[in-house]
Amino acid sequence: MIEVKDLYKEFNGSTVLKGISTTFEKGKTNMIIGQSGSGKTVFLKCLLGLHIPEKGIISFDGRIQSELGIKERRQLRQDMGMVFQGGALFDSLTIEENILFPLKMFTDKSKSEMLDRVNAVLNRVKLENVNNKFPAELSGGMQKRVAIARAIVMNPKYLFCDEPNSGLDPRTATVIDNLIQEITDEYQIITIINSHDMNSVMEIGEKIIFLKNGINAWEGTNEEIFETENEAVVEFVYSSNLFKKVREAYLSKTK
Amino acid sequence: MNYLKHIGKYFIMLRQVFKKPQKWSVFRELLFREIDDLGLKSMGIIMFISFFVGGVVAIQTALNVDSPFIPKYLIGFATKRGIILEFAPTFMSIILAGKVGSYITSSMGTMRVTEQIDALEVMGINSLNYLVLPKILAALFFYPILILLSMFMGIIGGYYAGLLTDLFYSEDYIYGIQLDFDPYYIKYALTKAVVFAFVITTIPAYHGFYVKGGSLEVGRASTKAVVWTSIVIILLNYFLTQMLLG
Ligand SMILES: Nc1ncnc2c1ncn2[C@@H]1O[C@H](COP(=O)(O)OP(=O)(O)OP(=O)(O)O)[C@@H](O)[C@H]1O
Ligand SMILES: [Mg+2]
Repeated sequence: MIEVKDLYKEFNGSTVLKGISTTFEKGKTNMIIGQSGSGKTVFLKCLLGLHIPEKGIISFDGRIQSELGIKERRQLRQDMGMVFQGGALFDSLTIEENILFPLKMFTDKSKSEMLDRVNAVLNRVKLENVNNKFPAELSGGMQKRVAIARAIVMNPKYLFCDEPNSGLDPRTATVIDNLIQEITDEYQIITIINSHDMNSVMEIGEKIIFLKNGINAWEGTNEEIFETENEAVVEFVYSSNLFKKVREAYLSKTK
Repeated sequence: MNYLKHIGKYFIMLRQVFKKPQKWSVFRELLFREIDDLGLKSMGIIMFISFFVGGVVAIQTALNVDSPFIPKYLIGFATKRGIILEFAPTFMSIILAGKVGSYITSSMGTMRVTEQIDALEVMGINSLNYLVLPKILAALFFYPILILLSMFMGIIGGYYAGLLTDLFYSEDYIYGIQLDFDPYYIKYALTKAVVFAFVITTIPAYHGFYVKGGSLEVGRASTKAVVWTSIVIILLNYFLTQMLLG
């Protein structure tokens, strides 16, 4: 379990996170939603240890981040996989080298064992014949899949995804969403996804956290989000007519 | 005040750079890649520039010592001195600051703004050590070779200038370049090469690593890196010359 207690983060005097407390459980896809600029990426980067929070406790199955030394922190990071907003593939390396990279760096496997593992994860994200291509030669959706493959190649306990399906067509977005959920369930990891795609929130959000003005203004499941009366959530989620209608239909059916 | 902050941050960066590499096999691979990128790929331009500037130095010297009382072999002698002492180590370093420096800043800056550096950090890798140490070592090892090559090409350039212009005889030139050969001058030039190699890799790395923003900022950072690297080289050149020859 990942526990966050009273997390504060500011940049040059302006406070972005103002006391967030929440928990994330194993085998679940957790989603962080909120307006652009609400601090989703900052929150994720605090969890990853890329930003140092001003205040608050983050603990990963009992390991408290701020109390770890440099070595232990690097060890903790080896339990983390991250899919960045833009993919963040190393563009001087081929797809195969990208995914090999953490294996080469942190394991003593033989070359053929490593390649087997690479092909296994590429298979898992349903990519073929891309091993010797460079990231720039792939489409956005394929790059995201490679990023997911790289993130899971070390069997992480925690998987973080920053808007994994932004910039993708609805169909590809759904494929990516389902992939992340399947992986989460299959390996029983803790997954945290930043998103403002309401479609994926409804599809795979087993726990949803709504960020507003630096706090988690609302938390619940993807069913509860239909029923909530919380004004801020309703205003954000149901700002589009389509989702308004979906909600009305849902509510009339269950009443 | 702002400058002091940057200088402090630069040295704090260096402390992270000079750590033991996390995996030697990976480090070795990177080192060879950097020797290729930063060294071998600069050989062409260094040879080209050195050859022609060597020629120009010889012609200029010949035109300026056009007096029956000055022996013609002095042309070769002066050309050799100028090339070994200043032209090869300093001028070539400024050229490399432009070529290699902008490459280092823009490649690292791009890695920063596309979150590739964050990706390294998330994996538990010391990104400064991983990215910068191989560059420094590659340059420290290969730049002295580049500078020696530059000296050689410059002197050859002077020789051909004599052949093509009839301003001086080849025999005089060859006699001149052999005259009063002092190995200390080579040592002096290579000392400079090593110091400048360090500057040419670390200052651009600093500018690239700490870029904030997007591609526009990466471009700006590259320009800044080249300017500052050149300034530092010129200043250090002054002090080193005083220290080593004074
Ligand atoms: N490194 C930083 N330095 C200063 N301010 C920052 C930094 N990173 C983020 N911020 C600020 O923090 C706020 C939240 O940014 P963040 O990137 O977390 O938003 P977000 O919710 O991820 O938005 P989006 O949905 O557009 O990705 C913004 O106002 C931003 O300007
Ligand atoms: Mg974001």
